[in-house]
Amino acid sequence: MAATGRRAKALGGILLSLALTLLGLLLVTFIIGRVMPIDPVLKVVGERATPAQYEAARQAMGLDQPLVVQFIGYIGDVLRGDFGRSISTGHPVSEDLRRVFPATLELAALGTLIGVLIGVPLGVVAAARRGGWVDQIARVAALVGYSMPIFWLGLMGLLVFYGILGWVGGPGRQDIIYDGMVPEVTRLLLIDSALAGDWGAFRDAFSHIILPASLLGYFSLAYISRMTRSFMLEQLSAEYITTARVKGLSERRVVWGHAFRNIAVPLVTVIALSFGSLLEGSVLTEIIFSWPGIGSYITKTLLAGDMNAVLGGTIVVGVCFIGLNVLSDLLYRFLDPRAA
Amino acid sequence: MTDLSTRSPSTRDWLLSDAPSTRRQARLGSLYQGWLTFRANTLAMVGLVILIALALMAIFAPWLSPYDPVAQNLADRLMPPSAAHWLGTDALGRDILSRIIWGSRVTLFIVGTVALISPILGLLIGTVAGFAGGWVDQILMRITDIFLAFPKLILALALVAALGPGIVNAVLALAITGWPPYARLARAETLAVRNADYIAAARLQGAGPARLLIGHVWPMCVSSLIVRVALDMAGIILSAAGLGFLGLGAQPPLPEWGAMISDGRTYILDHWWVAAMPGMAIFIVSLAFNLLGDGLRDVLDPKGAKE
Amino acid sequence: MTAPLLSIRDLRVTFPTRQGEFQAVRGVSFDLGRERLGVVGESGSGKSMTGRAILGLVRPPGRVTAARMDLDGQPILNLPERRMRAIRGGRISMVMQDPKFSLNPVMRVGQQIIEAYRLHAGGGRAQARAKAMEMLAAVQIRDPERVFDLYPHEVSGGMGQRIMIAMMLAPDPEILIADEPTSALDVSVRAEVLNIMDALVRDRGMGLIFISHDLNLVAQFCDRVLIMYAGRVVEELPARDLHAARHPYTRGLLDSLPRLDAPVDRLAVLEREESWRTEAIEGSMLDAQPGGLR
Repeated sequence: MAATGRRAKALGGILLSLALTLLGLLLVTFIIGRVMPIDPVLKVVGERATPAQYEAARQAMGLDQPLVVQFIGYIGDVLRGDFGRSISTGHPVSEDLRRVFPATLELAALGTLIGVLIGVPLGVVAAARRGGWVDQIARVAALVGYSMPIFWLGLMGLLVFYGILGWVGGPGRQDIIYDGMVPEVTRLLLIDSALAGDWGAFRDAFSHIILPASLLGYFSLAYISRMTRSFMLEQLSAEYITTARVKGLSERRVVWGHAFRNIAVPLVTVIALSFGSLLEGSVLTEIIFSWPGIGSYITKTLLAGDMNAVLGGTIVVGVCFIGLNVLSDLLYRFLDPRAA
Repeated sequence: MTDLSTRSPSTRDWLLSDAPSTRRQARLGSLYQGWLTFRANTLAMVGLVILIALALMAIFAPWLSPYDPVAQNLADRLMPPSAAHWLGTDALGRDILSRIIWGSRVTLFIVGTVALISPILGLLIGTVAGFAGGWVDQILMRITDIFLAFPKLILALALVAALGPGIVNAVLALAITGWPPYARLARAETLAVRNADYIAAARLQGAGPARLLIGHVWPMCVSSLIVRVALDMAGIILSAAGLGFLGLGAQPPLPEWGAMISDGRTYILDHWWVAAMPGMAIFIVSLAFNLLGDGLRDVLDPKGAKE
Repeated sequence: MTAPLLSIRDLRVTFPTRQGEFQAVRGVSFDLGRERLGVVGESGSGKSMTGRAILGLVRPPGRVTAARMDLDGQPILNLPERRMRAIRGGRISMVMQDPKFSLNPVMRVGQQIIEAYRLHAGGGRAQARAKAMEMLAAVQIRDPERVFDLYPHEVSGGMGQRIMIAMMLAPDPEILIADEPTSALDVSVRAEVLNIMDALVRDRGMGLIFISHDLNLVAQFCDRVLIMYAGRVVEELPARDLHAARHPYTRGLLDSLPRLDAPVDRLAVLEREESWRTEAIEGSMLDAQPGGLR
């Protein structure tokens, strides 16, 4: 069928652009890694190495090769999952990343979940009752969310909910007594502890994650509710909404059954993008909450001048980011009956 | 002939004239119309007033600040807000209010330079891509897409890591990560006007590409870019504060709001004001930029409420 | 004369604007029996707003007032939303201009028909499906089973409008308001769609309000014509007497149309006069109605 052919062609286009974007990502990290004033050879051999030792190390690291050759070698390494060794942890960067990534994933996923569960209904109601009190609240919430430094709000949250009220667990992913007590399956603590049936550990993990996740959720909510609202306003002024009203449908069915159905697909895109930005936005939050995730990892290694680790982390977050973009694009093309 | 018996028209009438007699009158008139719309928006006016206050604060910092922002006084360290120190003191006994006042200079410097460099870079790249078309367009837009696909903050972090911490490098990192959306916008505007009749007319008069671009395309892109910049200002402030918080922006003892929050982090549970006060300053200023941006969008956005 | 299906007196629709109140409809009165009533006017004359006001679809801050708005002798003006919903679709329905926009783009057309039917007639899924097939067949769609599962963007304009008619007539309403139902269609399918609609409306003994800017079309198709200008009915007359219209606006409309039987060198340009907005309506049986009642 022609439609299938068009889809295949579109898919090909998306994949090609994905490959080019990934190549661009690697090129940028490669350039950053090469132009930086920190000498990677010195980092390895130390300040007191003789010129001969220095030269030997330089050759061993392949830094005497032309840049193009180095770049091709770099691509090969990255494709094999080899980001080099971190000088601050002493482990291969890929191993470190496997350890810290699930913590970030868990945090960002829960944050997005909170953002969607509150932000979407808020945006829908704000649009359906435009100018009403829900709309005003949503507007203020979004405005404050767009204006508040996330790390500051995190600190204040820690002060109030942990320091003063004592409602939540403090910094970190879990209390020290639960450390290493739950068998690692997914490395997502909430899921692992639930799988193990260890509800004490689950409650502990939950009390640690809820504050940073709510914080990220708030920022995601600000974005999602605004986008939902503007999508809904566009749909609610469409002619088919009048049709639905002429049929005698209740306002609830007009809003949710007709208008909302039409924004479901673009909303998926927004949610994917918001999830991507939380993966990134968690950098500052993780530092505030001493969350052992990829953000903490990147900043800690960055301050130590550990470029292998920084660039490895950058690539992983970048790939997630690009992957989410492509995924939302694909979803858009394959879920929306009009896009065929 | 002017009749001496009629009163000379007021400036306001002159500005609001339906039939401006000169180009200057028309331009000033439309500016004035925009100002009237803007003035009717209370929240936007609040934003503007806050920002004017901020600018004044930065200019008159030496006279406004009660203490030297970097003078340490260990006897008075971590004092809560009081009559002597309105916003308290930090761990080195420095007056927080004075540091916030001086910090406004750093903030305005960073925001101002980023908000100048990014859009101009974007304007150049976007209009050239849109105007040239063909492979130039393809390549420039592909580069733009790659930058857009990057997580911004992480890219800025990696850049600062490579370049070394400091205000100038922070500005550079934010500008490099910030231009792609402007390029997209400028390209879209360029494509919209590229084939317009007035461009063709100018071309027939013998205008070269550079002249067309600067004289006829850029002015069309400027108003939407300004709106976008105004809306992005808050984001720039927050990113800059984030870099400062990570110790990658302004270096001590320079008072920078993000770095001040970072200083107060250790004492958050017992001496909350150290971190809270600079955060409030960031919040108020970025809120003001957001309000101003919303108001400007209503005035300048051609697709907005304006007829 | 039997009691009219719909009886309207002094209908007004008002919108607040920055310059004060704007009246989109200013005192419209008419009765509708089991007939085809044409409402003609240029854009902005308030003809569509009249249709929407009858259905209670004028959204706040718009306001609807009337001295009388009765359906089968029962007042329906400003009913509570719940009771109005039972009337909408169930007893009064509407077909709009462009099926490209008036059908929900992400719902299969069959579902859209079923939804309208089940809401008012109840019944199970299977029964509703059978009814939808019957209606699709009634609007002369040859392959209802296939069309049932299509999305609106997959059908042509003419077919879309027939689906729209099927959907709106499925719950057996008494009145159908057709708001420019053929303006967005290809000229080639207009007559077909009109004939289908006409046949269905006549078979069911319904009342039809046909809103259009096309005087010729209305003259051919309707029994009676209302001419609207600036929110008021300026003239009302049987369609066959249209040539005898007296109001200068109607005359102007007629004279600006080309006629094969009486060609002229130059078509007249419609001149509008300010006085038409305000002067009393001549020769209408509805003149004597009290205007100020609220």
